[in-house]
Amino acid sequence: MSEKEVLLKVEDLKVAYGSIEAVRGISFEVNKGEVVTILGANGAGKTTTLRTISGLLKAKAGSIRYKNLELTSLPAHEIVALGISQSPEGRRVFGTLTVEENLKLGAYTKKTYNNATLSWMYELFPRLSERKSQLAGTLSGGEQQMLAIGRALMSEPEMLLLDEPSLGLAPVLVKTIFDTIKQIKQSGVTVLLVEQNAKAALKLADKGYVLEVGKMVMKGDSKTLLESPQIQEAYLGKKK
Amino acid sequence: MDIFLQQLINGLTIGSIYALVALGYTMVYGVLKLINFAHGDLVAFSAYIGLVVMMQLSGAISSSAVIILLTFIVTMIIIAAAGVTLERIAYRPLRSAPRLSAVVSALGASLVIENGIMLIWGPRPKIFPADIVPSINWNIGGVYIGLLQLLVLVISFTLMFILYFFVNRTKLGTAMRASAIDQDAARLMGINVNKIIMTTFIIGSALGAVGGLFIGMYYRGIYFNMGWIYGLNAFVAAIIGGIGNIPGAMLGGLLLGVFNALISGYLSSSWALALTYVLLIVIMIFRPTGILGERVAEKV
Ligand SMILES: Nc1ncnc2c1ncn2[C@@H]1O[C@H](COP(=O)(O)OP(=O)(O)O)[C@@H](O)[C@H]1O
Ligand SMILES: [Mg+2]
Repeated sequence: MSEKEVLLKVEDLKVAYGSIEAVRGISFEVNKGEVVTILGANGAGKTTTLRTISGLLKAKAGSIRYKNLELTSLPAHEIVALGISQSPEGRRVFGTLTVEENLKLGAYTKKTYNNATLSWMYELFPRLSERKSQLAGTLSGGEQQMLAIGRALMSEPEMLLLDEPSLGLAPVLVKTIFDTIKQIKQSGVTVLLVEQNAKAALKLADKGYVLEVGKMVMKGDSKTLLESPQIQEAYLGKKK
Repeated sequence: MDIFLQQLINGLTIGSIYALVALGYTMVYGVLKLINFAHGDLVAFSAYIGLVVMMQLSGAISSSAVIILLTFIVTMIIIAAAGVTLERIAYRPLRSAPRLSAVVSALGASLVIENGIMLIWGPRPKIFPADIVPSINWNIGGVYIGLLQLLVLVISFTLMFILYFFVNRTKLGTAMRASAIDQDAARLMGINVNKIIMTTFIIGSALGAVGGLFIGMYYRGIYFNMGWIYGLNAFVAAIIGGIGNIPGAMLGGLLLGVFNALISGYLSSSWALALTYVLLIVIMIFRPTGILGERVAEKV
């Protein structure tokens, strides 16, 4: 593993809502097979970044290259077809559709969904398999998060974007979700993980970036970041 | 009892026409959260187009079954194209504009179509030919049902069944429901939401065209501003059933048709419209989201 293949390369990306610039020229890379995490407080611009990669927002400047394809000019549905899927902040499951309908929609870009992938989802999330025909809106928060991740995996992506998958979950569920992300990585999927739970994210990730009000203020491999005093103070609640 | 059954049959007939038109309102509302005020006028337009096509075909073909079939197909295609054009011109450019702009645009489009019909065909009513569907009537224990009524009922129910199947059992239909719930989440599934919106206008307009043709064939007199009153009734039907809800529009249409027919049968038809609104208000008081409408809770 000496030569690392860059899968996603973001350069000098700027994104604005009207006159408010939420992302102010950030750059980062994700190598194939890695888990990369972007940490940052509320309002730092993490969600804006992921939404721009997925094509839901238009970049004001900069580039997003995925395997040498420029993504900034592509509509969202084509980006999914290229192999990047997202489990969005707040889960956004289709509440009045069943669990299984949600999962099958995840494979919308395929002619038909892959039965093996669907079985894998039910293996990964046994609680979903018990609730196949239940409406997604009636699931608990943790189950909805599992569904959102499972739905994103149904397109068999090469790269999975996760926006705060642990948000609002009980500690034991947070552990389940992070264990699952580890399994997803082991299956060969590259993961870009946005989190506020710095400790759990860094333990899992190969490398990390820290975003503050729209700018990257730190980057490094996970171990270095975990031990860095600034991170410990700002995100892990430890005093120097 | 005979009056009741007779008016029930009549009511289901006109009710299924309302239901077809109501589906167009409710489906567009579902994906765009927009009341397409021009939908009623497309229905009126379809009656005029249908009449022209029918007259042209009558000169060339002798079988009235073939004439009717071709008239429906050609009219549905033309009105579907008109619906797609309407979305492109009047609604898509305003997709991210404030809600009120789209409403004004919808009202404007409605007036444009209505006046367009008047400019092309004139302000005086046009009359559908009487003999296009043979006037066969059956007397079943004192209750009359005509061949045309039977056609309206069978075709409407078949179309509604097909639509229900499409929306609930096919991949594209599921994508349509997903887009109605959360457009951005739908995009993240790889759904081309613009294409879904276009499909919605195609289906809604084509069903409206069937409604417009039935109105022409059943009532025979068509006039340039008829889209207003039929549209309003169908819109009320959609609200009664729960706007945005497809089975709701079907149920609302049938309910409104039967209600109107019973009022006309027992009181007089001039009461029908006024009491329609009483019905609407009563339903809104007890079920503000309509009979089958979703409770608003799970919106993000
Ligand atoms: N739809 C929006 N309109 C205007 N400003 C927004 C919108 N969404 C986010 N913002 C602003 O952009 C900044 C970054 O937000 P976001 O990307 O959601 O941050 P994070 O995900 O890191 O919490 C915040 O200041 C936020 O208020
Ligand atoms: Mg966020």
